[in-house]
Amino acid sequence: MGKINDILSPFTAWKHLIREPLTIKKPLEREGADRYRGFHKNEIDKCIGCGTCEDICQNAAIDLVPVEGIETKHGDSGLRPKIDYGRCCWCALCVDICTTNSLSMSNEFTWIDEDADNFLFVPGADAKPWDNSEKGWKKPNYNLYNPNRVEMNELHPEERDKSFIEIVQGYSKGQALAEADRCVECGICTATCPAQMGIPEYIKAIRNDNLEEGLRILYDTNPLPEICGRICTHKCETVCSVGHQGDPISIRWLKRYIADQNPSEKFKKILGTDTIEQNGKKVAIIGSGPSGLSAAHYLALMGYSCTIFEKLPLAGGMMRYGIPEYRLPYDQIDKDINYILSLGVEIKYNTTIGKDITLEQLNKDYDAVFAGTGLHLGRSTKIPGSDNKNVYFATDLLREISLGNEIPIENKIVVIGGGNVALDITRSMARLQNQKYGKVNIITTSLESEDIMPADREEIIEGREEQAQIIPGWGPIEIEIENDKVKGLHVVKCLSVFDEDGRFNPKFDENIKNFFEADMIVESIGQGMDLSYLSVSIKENLEMDNRGRIIVNKHFQSSIEWLFLGGDIIQGPDVIHGIANGHKAAIGIDNYINNKK
Amino acid sequence: MSKLFNIKEDRSLFPEKNEHGKIDIDLSSHKYLKMWHGPQHPGITGNMSLEITLLGDEVMDCETHVGYLHRGFEKLMERRKYIQCFPIVCRVSVPEPDFNEYCFAAAMEELAGIEIPETAKWLRTLVLEMARLASYLMWIGGQAGAFGQGIIGQWTNYLRDSMLDRFEELTGGRVYHMYIIPGGVRGLLPAGFKQRMEENLKFIEQMMQDVDKVMFNNAVFKKRSVDMGIIEKDWIYKFGITGPNARAAGIPLDVRKDNPYLAYPELDFETITASHSDIYNRADLRRKDLLLSIDLIRQIMAKMPDGGEIRAETPNVLHWKVPKGETYSKAECTRGEYGYYMVADGTEYPRRINVRGPSYTHAVSLLEKMIINCNLADIAGLMVSLHTYPPEIER
Repeated sequence: MGKINDILSPFTAWKHLIREPLTIKKPLEREGADRYRGFHKNEIDKCIGCGTCEDICQNAAIDLVPVEGIETKHGDSGLRPKIDYGRCCWCALCVDICTTNSLSMSNEFTWIDEDADNFLFVPGADAKPWDNSEKGWKKPNYNLYNPNRVEMNELHPEERDKSFIEIVQGYSKGQALAEADRCVECGICTATCPAQMGIPEYIKAIRNDNLEEGLRILYDTNPLPEICGRICTHKCETVCSVGHQGDPISIRWLKRYIADQNPSEKFKKILGTDTIEQNGKKVAIIGSGPSGLSAAHYLALMGYSCTIFEKLPLAGGMMRYGIPEYRLPYDQIDKDINYILSLGVEIKYNTTIGKDITLEQLNKDYDAVFAGTGLHLGRSTKIPGSDNKNVYFATDLLREISLGNEIPIENKIVVIGGGNVALDITRSMARLQNQKYGKVNIITTSLESEDIMPADREEIIEGREEQAQIIPGWGPIEIEIENDKVKGLHVVKCLSVFDEDGRFNPKFDENIKNFFEADMIVESIGQGMDLSYLSVSIKENLEMDNRGRIIVNKHFQSSIEWLFLGGDIIQGPDVIHGIANGHKAAIGIDNYINNKK
Repeated sequence: MSKLFNIKEDRSLFPEKNEHGKIDIDLSSHKYLKMWHGPQHPGITGNMSLEITLLGDEVMDCETHVGYLHRGFEKLMERRKYIQCFPIVCRVSVPEPDFNEYCFAAAMEELAGIEIPETAKWLRTLVLEMARLASYLMWIGGQAGAFGQGIIGQWTNYLRDSMLDRFEELTGGRVYHMYIIPGGVRGLLPAGFKQRMEENLKFIEQMMQDVDKVMFNNAVFKKRSVDMGIIEKDWIYKFGITGPNARAAGIPLDVRKDNPYLAYPELDFETITASHSDIYNRADLRRKDLLLSIDLIRQIMAKMPDGGEIRAETPNVLHWKVPKGETYSKAECTRGEYGYYMVADGTEYPRRINVRGPSYTHAVSLLEKMIINCNLADIAGLMVSLHTYPPEIER
């Protein structure tokens, strides 16, 4: 029976003859699934050309290329991914890792073309029919790298509000490794850093636990890593590609980690600077701030004998006399400076150019002169009452605190200004008030509303944690004086700070008024430069622009060829710019001296 | 021998073997014919060839030749970061990419000490069973086709395609799914997936009844496959035979039961075995295994969590340094034990990855033994009955 069944049973296949065919008649018209990994799309304006897609692509199918209409700027390489469909394996890892979430895939999968070269294209820039397709592979709900920053250990407000102990504690090894692991090595940060520091490289050195290599990378471009590791304005972090879909990498804290973990006594050995061949040439440097120290460091490495002339009793310039100790401890400044001094750099303290020795004399005694004299003068609001003796400049008070001198601390203080210096003086005075009176009564007010206050966000938050009242968006109009004593500050509502062209041109609503009571006012609305060390004849020969700024070339050489200038006086207040200026000036000075006949 | 292949035993025609185990053939005697079977032929999925020596239409000697598919994946992976190996591994075995993805990811996770989320565990199990089902559907067409039944291949390849539709909507790809990423999986089930899958499974079950009638209850198929190409029980461990080839001989080798992984411990199933491993029984066992996969997919879809995390936190994949160590991770694929041996030296690149595909033993040494005395017309059927994929022989 079974055998007969085996003969007849196969004939049941004939019943399929009367069935509808199952195959698709027009397969090219079949739509891909919602998540299909089809042809690439890129939101070209959202993309920053970080190249992480290129890095992860195992087929080397992605190449970053310049694209017409896309400009290279801070935070944008100006390049966009070009995809080679001869190599692509459609894994979509490029989409999953995309730092800006600009790259995605459509669900289109048919593309017929007679020219093979057309299958190399820049998604988003070369228009394609699937550019507006809604369906296709999108970045899934997971991350191929950690978008969240490793929290930094900090002193709690109650632990720090009476003392100048450093707030930020620094990363442990585990924390630093975890934070360094987040980096995607795009290098957008390097392009933005004024000193072009090798940021991805030193972060990689942390990952490899090779901190000596990390230190060498730091010193390639920055001789003040302890200082910069604490108070750098970290322009790198503002453009960090990881910051587009999470927190930017804590580049500054990682730099500090490298500097902190390498003991100072080993620096010369690690950096290979035990012996430096001298070239017999001498350079004078005015001011021991970041630019002066940076220039001295790189010149010393080239074999120059450098002498720094410093007006104040200790070196560091604004880093020591403008930044409170709780942000930048003095022993860390000393660590950086002592290393530079160990290279043979000499500092003449308490020496004022123009008074103790003239610039002309320096020109005679030295082969070249670099001046990085900084912005040490305060600027006044010049409102009525601002000439009272109880109205101070923030820079003067900060300097006195650093010098260890006693400064007047009143019961009620108002600070005018919204920048980091204003917050520095606010938080310093708050500590001193707390020490003296056991409570804080300080108001900081600025023209800018809170969202555009120039101070770092964490400064504002921490200032408030320390009981300072920060009340932004008010314009000072008068300091009320009674019997030669300050009674308070009259302010009106500030509607906008800049005009449509982006120029400083504040607008006020005079009808909305406020009054902040105070016994003492501190002005912190910017700093000015003191160029009194330049003699009349030098000033006459020094080329300046129509706004009174000294003109220098790319090597910070002025129109007087032996005089190089850099730092805050040229590029405005910023440590890392100063360091970069000093480095470039050192190269310029070397060229100048070598070419001098 | 007579038991192996239903032929008349006349040893006088059979040439003697020399001390190297090879037969001495005098081709000028005009008694023998040397011919190449492959590299392109329907017997196997992929390219390999058999250099066979025939006496009449009976195979006297056979030497397998590989090298037509060598892509150097294992060496290539030593020059790729771990995450960059992820799109490569699926290509080792074309019809069943998912077992490669799973074994690679599992090896990495074991070395890195990563526990994947519960949802990912179930989704991985689902995808592996879907892959098993799709692969069997493709194989069954090959087995039938090798014995002249082209229609079965047309039916089951359509069924496989319908599974690929499910793969497409779940993973974003039809053939290379690239879904089991180290750390987890790449997506949850899309809306309505379970319902569409159930419709698919019902259709496959229905069609399998037709396959039963037309292929298995078929006098021609039985005549050509029963008692043909027998694998003896004592060959199993000697040749490293695994999977259905071993189970049909009565040895219940099934990694899903022997070393349970993913969600298999929570699934209710028994290892299917047979007592006589000839072509027919192996085919029948695979048919039952196929139906078991359908049952397992239903169980998985009923038991799996609906949402939740799909990928564990891992180091940044761009510079993931897998800790120093070595491991072997394995899974049960349609052809037997699939394994990845991974050596990590603590850098961002794997020091060595070795892929253990079951075809390596089945399609080379075992085939060379079994093919002797086989009729030329039965070679394709014999090869398919071992279910081999040459790409996994040459990684």
